[in-house]
Amino acid sequence: MVLVAALAIAWSSVCRGDAPLEIKIGYLWAKPSKVRISLLDVPADNEGLAGAQLAIDDNTTTGQFLNQTFALLDRELQQDADPAEAVKALADQGVGVIVASLDAARLLAVADAAKARGQVVLNAAATDERLREEDCRGNVIHVAPSRTMLADGLTQYLAWKKWGRWLLVVGSHDRDKLFADALKQSATKFGAKIVAEREFKDTGGARRTDSGVVEVQRQMPLLTQGAPEHDVVVAADESEVFAGYLPFRTFEPRPVAGSAGLVPGTWNAAFDQWGAVQLQNRFAAKFHRPMSALDMQAWTAVRMVGEASVRAGSADTATLVGYIKGPDFSVAAFKGQKLTLRDWDLQLRQPIILFDGRNTVSVSPQEGYLHQYSTLDTLGTDRPSSKCKLN
Amino acid sequence: MKGLRSIGLACLILVGGRAWPESASAYTVYVSNEKGNSVTVVDTDTMKVTGVIKTGQRPRGIETSQDGKFVYVAVGDDDTIEIIDAATLKVVGKLPSGEDPEQFAIDPAGKYLYASNENDAKLTIIDLATRQRVGQVAVGIEPEGVAVSPDGRIVVCTSETTSMAHFIDVEQRKIVGNLLLGARPRSAAFKADGSELWVTSEVGGGLTIVDPVARKTKQVVKFAIPGLRAEAIQPVGVNLTRDGKLGFVYLGPANRVAVVDGASHEVLKYLLVGQRVWHGALTPDEKYLLVANGLSNDISVIDVAAQKVTKSIQVGEMPWGVAIAPGGDH
Repeated sequence: MVLVAALAIAWSSVCRGDAPLEIKIGYLWAKPSKVRISLLDVPADNEGLAGAQLAIDDNTTTGQFLNQTFALLDRELQQDADPAEAVKALADQGVGVIVASLDAARLLAVADAAKARGQVVLNAAATDERLREEDCRGNVIHVAPSRTMLADGLTQYLAWKKWGRWLLVVGSHDRDKLFADALKQSATKFGAKIVAEREFKDTGGARRTDSGVVEVQRQMPLLTQGAPEHDVVVAADESEVFAGYLPFRTFEPRPVAGSAGLVPGTWNAAFDQWGAVQLQNRFAAKFHRPMSALDMQAWTAVRMVGEASVRAGSADTATLVGYIKGPDFSVAAFKGQKLTLRDWDLQLRQPIILFDGRNTVSVSPQEGYLHQYSTLDTLGTDRPSSKCKLN
Repeated sequence: MKGLRSIGLACLILVGGRAWPESASAYTVYVSNEKGNSVTVVDTDTMKVTGVIKTGQRPRGIETSQDGKFVYVAVGDDDTIEIIDAATLKVVGKLPSGEDPEQFAIDPAGKYLYASNENDAKLTIIDLATRQRVGQVAVGIEPEGVAVSPDGRIVVCTSETTSMAHFIDVEQRKIVGNLLLGARPRSAAFKADGSELWVTSEVGGGLTIVDPVARKTKQVVKFAIPGLRAEAIQPVGVNLTRDGKLGFVYLGPANRVAVVDGASHEVLKYLLVGQRVWHGALTPDEKYLLVANGLSNDISVIDVAAQKVTKSIQVGEMPWGVAIAPGGDH
């Protein structure tokens, strides 16, 4: 009832021409790496930023009925720039909520700098588990999924398919090993057996060259030859060095999953379930390119702020964030059910989409995985296992 | 004995030996098939498919004209509303609906058609006699449900991502009020006496009973089905009987129709239908309710008095909505 009164008051203030309530949302970002095995996967320069900009448009259209306006203040962080300086500059401009599309190290620097002026960070890109565990922060809300959620989403499907014996191939970089760790944990959790683990060492030069295909065609079978009986080849290659070359080149005829083949994610340009076509259309009309998972994560983060301002009827940061962390908060993000926040690590609960590069193969959690509170909590680190102590 | 039996036989012959206990007038049912790009025609007398009409791309919202002579179907990907001649089952014209029309409603006088343009955050107003667009109103993101008040003075339009119902004054063609609802509001339906407006929230999961004069929420009806997780209950379509005594809410992936008491708003019953039930329509005599099950490619027939599902009829690909022409046999 209070909310209805607030809405009526807001509408009459629109009609009277009162000054609108302005909500400024910050967007701190670094250009994503363009290193990809497939040309089709090379991200646009505005990847992520575009998603945030579309969400500001969507928030603004809603806001017009409530006498609220929204503005996105974005700052690209160069490699050597000081994140704390950017955070302070945003605070000086009245920004209370910052959506960040940054790696884990810079995200933490932003979060720590944000504490001083009571700013809150929405993590739209970093999948590192440690950000939700030992490095969790009370002023960081995770919209991006964790590696654990991605690995769990994939593993549940592999379990459903009864592809329980894995040949795991891991890249030689740190982030590859982090993804491999998540996959191994998921295998234990859901009963898959890793029959063998192999490393693909990045010695440079493995990617596209004029004669690349001939070499890769010989390398991949060799890499996967002679392993114990397995049902699927699971690749952990976030660094984009070899996994894209595995499908149809494994020694035994086996499906590929993980960083190539069947890939877990939060969005793809072919996703058309639950009204998603409407968002895909709006995005394509504005940016003339397909919408990526990072775009969707940034969109969702900015929409969370918009949803909070509408329901809480306020532009005040503490009120908005209090609402987002509260029991009534949810956001509709074309995932077929409302998305809510885990109170133990501030991770947004969400389904995980399994994509084969052209079509959605499945959406996890898979049917049959039960949970006392929400089936979405079968993906990722659940409350009893959490090491996070929010401050 | 013999005499009585022969009288009995004669009665049976006169009645035509129909399987249905009461012989209702034959109504013509039109079902839009979103992926099939067609409209399936069903006869309520035989409860069989009698024809398929090829339409433009992505047919969704479907309504008949008041005299039953025309069927209007919104073909979203072709950015128009097609006019089908009910006698010939052919597309005979188009209405300038604006882009990506989904749902639409015709006012009680049959003069104007109001269509939601899902991609553009607009509501388009079309004069049916001249087939001209006469106005547009800017609404919230992803406008969806459209309903005209029984007195013809207000048009309600819901917007899915903005989560509001907008009240638009028909004369001024301006929004005169907004009501925030549960997440992702879909369809809206007025009681015939104008005393209540029922609006479904697909992601919010409830049915909001609105006082349309005060433009305030009176009550939010929640649904609970034993053994089914709450997230699967996603109310989309809603229909009300003319006397306002019964309402039917279609619960999407819960695969059920909720029967709601019009006065107490209590949920009386859940009827199991096909997969992903979205929209439906009552026959003019309100004997049957036919609902479209998008993922099982069929419609379910519900006996309204008995509150039972009696039949499923296979239609086209991904049935979305149902419209039933008034008047008797065709």
